[in-house]
Amino acid sequence: MTGWKALLYKEVLRFWRVAFQTIAGPVLTAMLYLLIFGHALEAHVKVYDQVSYTAFLVPGLAMMSVLQNAFANSSSSLIMSKVMGNLVFLLLTPLSYMHWFVAYVGAAVIRGLVVGIGVFAVSAFFTDISFVAPLWILAFSVMGAALMGTLGLIAGLWAEKFDQLAAFQNFVVMPMTFLSGVFYSIHSLPAFWQGVSHFNPFFYMIDGFRYGFFGASDVSPWLSLGVVGLALLAVSAIGIQLLRTGYKIRS
Amino acid sequence: MSAISFQSVSKAYPSPRGPKGSTFLALDGVSLDIEEGEFFGLLGPNGAGKTTMISILAGLTRANSGSVSVLGSDVQKDFAAARRKLGVVPQELVFDPFFNVREALRIQSGYFGVKNNDAWIDELLESLGLADKAHANMRQLSGGMKRRVLVAQALVHKPPVIVLDEPTAGVDVELRQTLWQFIAKLNKQGSTVLLTTHYLEEAEALCGRIAMLKTGRIVALDRTSELLKAASSNVLRFKVDSELPKALADRARITGRIVQFPAHDALEIERYLAAVREAGLSAHDVEIRKADLEDVFLDVMTQNKDSVHGVSA
Repeated sequence: MTGWKALLYKEVLRFWRVAFQTIAGPVLTAMLYLLIFGHALEAHVKVYDQVSYTAFLVPGLAMMSVLQNAFANSSSSLIMSKVMGNLVFLLLTPLSYMHWFVAYVGAAVIRGLVVGIGVFAVSAFFTDISFVAPLWILAFSVMGAALMGTLGLIAGLWAEKFDQLAAFQNFVVMPMTFLSGVFYSIHSLPAFWQGVSHFNPFFYMIDGFRYGFFGASDVSPWLSLGVVGLALLAVSAIGIQLLRTGYKIRS
Repeated sequence: MSAISFQSVSKAYPSPRGPKGSTFLALDGVSLDIEEGEFFGLLGPNGAGKTTMISILAGLTRANSGSVSVLGSDVQKDFAAARRKLGVVPQELVFDPFFNVREALRIQSGYFGVKNNDAWIDELLESLGLADKAHANMRQLSGGMKRRVLVAQALVHKPPVIVLDEPTAGVDVELRQTLWQFIAKLNKQGSTVLLTTHYLEEAEALCGRIAMLKTGRIVALDRTSELLKAASSNVLRFKVDSELPKALADRARITGRIVQFPAHDALEIERYLAAVREAGLSAHDVEIRKADLEDVFLDVMTQNKDSVHGVSA
């Protein structure tokens, strides 16, 4: 393992060392959502024809877990290194800003996918899961995780204290993921809130991801792919620029 | 080619106090060349700019003007090459709590593109007295042990230029000896060493050449032996029980009851002792010793007291 691969390896090893907290915990949380909401709403909410509410919920929860954990990985790794001061080990190396970017975002994607797979593995005990279009599933999970890993990178660079990062997580990431149609189809919303949802990039990530499972979605998966792709490019450009200029890490 | 070269390097930081937009000049046009194979000491009081110089050298901070290079590689334009040639032991006692000692060293080797580095890692662990700690988590190590790991981490890629930023601050005698033996060995094998330290006797013992830094400027730069020669050759040292008259006190270095005067010859020594007697005091435990680097240092620092510096709008 050399160069950026060493950094990727270190970032993966970092979360793997505390897998109980970084993988098992989020999987358990998703399962609790599934059990509680599935139990409470199974009989009342009808989303698509022939799709049970629990089956509808699983991909949404899985994607939400992917996104939140991808964000958590890069952001918490960076803020911890900054607060503890051990980021200096990395700052002293010949690794370039692109190496940093690829390694931090890559590790975030891996953590997101591992948690997502965990959610599916456990959900399979409760409900049947279909995989209509696996390529869409893969594309949206990887792109969504990369987008959130990059956002986590930006937040981790920006934040100077843990509570600033927590604020970002609680007031931006959580509401946007919860309001993106994890628990409902946006067609069930009043027209106004449907319109608002269309400005939430998280909605496209989850809707496109869900298309891979049912072959049905609120908007065309191609539209979702386009929106997610553009959002990924935009945040990547910002993240790369911050790393290139050494924003808050090199004075 | 110089191992380390600073050319007219200046660095200003935003001033923490004072009006908004004001800056504090941490380095003011510093030029310094350190040759390959030197053991070089960079001395100065807190806030003189030592760590700023090292931060610029290591690429942690960017200079506002001037250029810095390591064995011909510019630290900004050619940062990857410069950093490969440089091993920096940071001043702060930092560590990554997720890994054990060997893992930390392997990962650090990886960042520098060094594969299969276990033989050298073993040698580092052995030389720094860390062999039995290889599998200990970083969190479990004492401060001194963490410091050793920092040194090992700086050396994993066998850098030809080694920078130690106050490596012995707050560490025990045993580590200091282990560390200096090892660094001296690397220096003998051809590595260039740049050291900042508060322990002047260490600098005197180890460094062939010394630069003294004060408020962002180099105020002395010479071979250690020349610096010592240029200072007053002797120091008169004694104890008194009450305060010295002001005229005398101004010329002395006073630490509690211990009073020290720089003195060139016997006549001067007699005069000082007579002045103490005239003031109605009695000097006891009188001794005369050779001037050391601390005397030179204090001399240089007080001589340059008048240089106005720092805050500018």
